[in-house]
Amino acid sequence: MGGLTTAMFLFLIASGLSLVFGIMRVINFAHGSFYMLGAYLAWQGVQWFHPTGIGFWAASLFAACVVGVLGAVVERLFFRSLYGREELYQLLFTYALVLILGDVAKFLWGTDQLSVSTPPVLVGSVQIFGSTQPLYNLFIMILGPLIAFGGWLVLNRSGVGRMVRAAQMDREMLDALGANVGTIYTGMFVFSSFLAGLSGALVTPIQSIVPGMDVLIIVQAFIVVVIGGMGSFWGTFWGSVIYGEVLSFGILIFPGFSLFSVFALMAVILIVRPWGLFGRPL
Amino acid sequence: MTGDTTTAATPTATPAAPAGRVIGSGSSVLSRIPWTLIIFLAACAVPWIGTRYNTFLAEQIAIDALFAVSLNLLLGTTGLVSFGHVAYFGVGAYVCGILMKTYELPFIIAFPAAGLGSALFALVSGYFCVRLIKLYFAMLTLAFSQIVWAIAYKWNDVTGGDQGLPEIPFPNLDWMNSIPFLSDLKTAEQFYLLTVFLIAVSLAVLHRIVRSPFGRILTTIRDNPERAAFIGVNVRLYQLTAFIVAGAFAGLAGALYGIFSRGVFADYVFWSKSAEVMIMTILGGMDYFWGPPVGALVLVWLNQAITDYTEYWPFVLGTILLVLLFGFPGGILGGIDALWTRVRGMRRA
Repeated sequence: MGGLTTAMFLFLIASGLSLVFGIMRVINFAHGSFYMLGAYLAWQGVQWFHPTGIGFWAASLFAACVVGVLGAVVERLFFRSLYGREELYQLLFTYALVLILGDVAKFLWGTDQLSVSTPPVLVGSVQIFGSTQPLYNLFIMILGPLIAFGGWLVLNRSGVGRMVRAAQMDREMLDALGANVGTIYTGMFVFSSFLAGLSGALVTPIQSIVPGMDVLIIVQAFIVVVIGGMGSFWGTFWGSVIYGEVLSFGILIFPGFSLFSVFALMAVILIVRPWGLFGRPL
Repeated sequence: MTGDTTTAATPTATPAAPAGRVIGSGSSVLSRIPWTLIIFLAACAVPWIGTRYNTFLAEQIAIDALFAVSLNLLLGTTGLVSFGHVAYFGVGAYVCGILMKTYELPFIIAFPAAGLGSALFALVSGYFCVRLIKLYFAMLTLAFSQIVWAIAYKWNDVTGGDQGLPEIPFPNLDWMNSIPFLSDLKTAEQFYLLTVFLIAVSLAVLHRIVRSPFGRILTTIRDNPERAAFIGVNVRLYQLTAFIVAGAFAGLAGALYGIFSRGVFADYVFWSKSAEVMIMTILGGMDYFWGPPVGALVLVWLNQAITDYTEYWPFVLGTILLVLLFGFPGGILGGIDALWTRVRGMRRA
């Protein structure tokens, strides 16, 4: 059960990463930084909107939107000119963002641990299958699959989704057919950043906000995306479940080597099926 | 788009670029000066003419230079984007550190063993990595480097876990005391001289490799793997060999670094270190053999200069990286080279 909560959080973060990779073929290291900014902004929002009632929810939405706007700026100003360039430059560009955003967060919010209290509605815990679960974790466990289902619905059952999938398959063809590929790319990047910001905000009640949470989370999100298959929504979902369970069972079976086991899993999957369990070959 | 004048320095735009370009190769005056010898002698003189702090910086630059040049054998010469090169640096540091501290073996055994250990690990991991295409290659190298990190971080009995391996002894350098001039140096300074010597030898070997027919084939593979395969080159075997050589030299750099910094810690192997050495390589210019050392020099020096004023070094580094990516993709040497070509063109006109 503990594994599942971790898994659903990771899913929220990794789904954005996976989307951007699936469409733009870019590994976005800055995704972790967006997540961290989401957490800090949520804390800031809670200070502003008062820590009662609607405060936390407004703050989360605020954080996600600000990060989404930041994503738009980054895509329009910088990323756009890197699409034709080699992967190396794209990787390093997102790494430059990691460095810069990390320091911006340090500058604005300092290096102390910050924390946000659980919204009053979700304080307390419930009994499920004989184990006690905090209500907030349960909320996340429901929200995760909901977003996965929603994302799948939009991608596979709507006009916008069809465009996105077309961009994923053949960018030039779609462009030639008159679709505005640039807008689709920006939109996907914004949505991905929004998800990163939202997950950062939602994690604040159960995890304290510290500098360095960006580089820690991005590696985990990578593993999830690699396991599930980049660009695949359900793949990312199952990837997070596998990751969460391997990590928590790994701790039970050989404590100390659970970290090792998830990285090893990532390596094995890259060796055997580089495009992931649910993805398609490039 | 920053314009075609700057992108001309990237390898894709100039497919015929040799593995290691030379600045101002057409000029007879500049190319006749034995630059490498001068730099080597200057580096050797640092303990006498500089402060202890200068020696410290010079040693760090030298080690980073070797590390970055070894990465560039993959990045610039072979066109393999390795995002986990720090793994081999780390394996070398740990092998050397464990042999010297835990087993009390002499440096003359531990140092080559570090290179060998890294080469072995590069053989095993590279065997899988070279099978993958670009982005997946980068990710698998990242995965392997994180495996090394996880082992270093958790295997307390051998690697010291998160405490690391502090107080790695200096090698026995008593023989230096019998040499005039060297006898009045401190052990750390004597070790510096040893480091400079070993790195100079390593760089010379790497230079030979890049300029050899083997190196030319690596460049061919970088420019067009299909064509290389078509003319009968075993692309994967060559890539794997380059991977092993690069890993071995990264391991040697790591071994020296462990002794130099008096300890080996799991932090050395974290993935962001791979990005740092990559920045060095690109800052100097990955189309040039001497690009990575220039990048190491500038970055280490800049780091020291800037951290005196502000704690926000990553911010500065990120900004440098942005300027580099959008303004000077050829790095420092690429920029100088372009300038040089322009000046010569004007003189001729």
